[in-house]
Amino acid sequence: MNSVQNRKPDFPSRSRRAFLTSFVGTLLVPFLRVRSAFAFPDNLTPLIREATGGELPKTSHVKLTLPPIAESGNSVPLKVQVESPMTAADYVKSIHLFSEKNPRPVIAQFHLTSRSGKAEISTRIRLAGSQQVVAVAVMSDGSSWAGTADVVVIAAACGVESKDT
Amino acid sequence: MANTRIQIPLQIKRGDVVEVRLLIRHPMETGFRHDNVGKPIPQNVIKLVTCRYNGEEIFRAELFSGVAANPYLAFFTTANDSGELEVTWTDDTGVTETERTPVTVV
Repeated sequence: MNSVQNRKPDFPSRSRRAFLTSFVGTLLVPFLRVRSAFAFPDNLTPLIREATGGELPKTSHVKLTLPPIAESGNSVPLKVQVESPMTAADYVKSIHLFSEKNPRPVIAQFHLTSRSGKAEISTRIRLAGSQQVVAVAVMSDGSSWAGTADVVVIAAACGVESKDT
Repeated sequence: MANTRIQIPLQIKRGDVVEVRLLIRHPMETGFRHDNVGKPIPQNVIKLVTCRYNGEEIFRAELFSGVAANPYLAFFTTANDSGELEVTWTDDTGVTETERTPVTVV
């Protein structure tokens, strides 16, 4: 008797949970797919294609490290690390940095060799506002990989937003 | 007046992967700024930085106005032999500077 009564209120809550899980899951799945296929800002895709020689790279193998919040866009530390054995047969040829909102979206291009030993570069960049930064690595076999980072910039670097600084 | 500073580890063993750090004193003028009478300040950024190790190019960077003033660059290379590391840069006004540092491998 008791067990039957206990089971009854259990049933609607279980189906509610199942419904919520599946419902949220259905919402998330297309979102994740879209995110991985079109991960780059629209204005950067032609530049990325130019750097890679046509294809849009997958976001993997490249780790782009930027502070999540930058107080000033005038100098933001940046580090790119690319997973690669860096041997004569397989190494990172070049690394390209792109900014979504800067007046000139190409920030820098670095060319490495098999002698580099480690595909890691640090520098400091300017950012005109909160945005996504994209790093694209082109390997010696022609394949390309990308990494992205989102930065919140509190005071933008000189450019569109603030012309006087 | 040294505008270019190269820093490498003091003690390097043969075959080590060493970090080379460059700091160049340069305004990296973006071309988007105006002076106090409203005249645009022409762009003057370091376009190209090349690093050679005993004559062989080990690193090249093309920079644009998105690189912060007084550019800092850190990258890696494999130290095989003692010798010299040579860094050359060129900016928009045509200024070229070369800085060298000895590399001692034990």
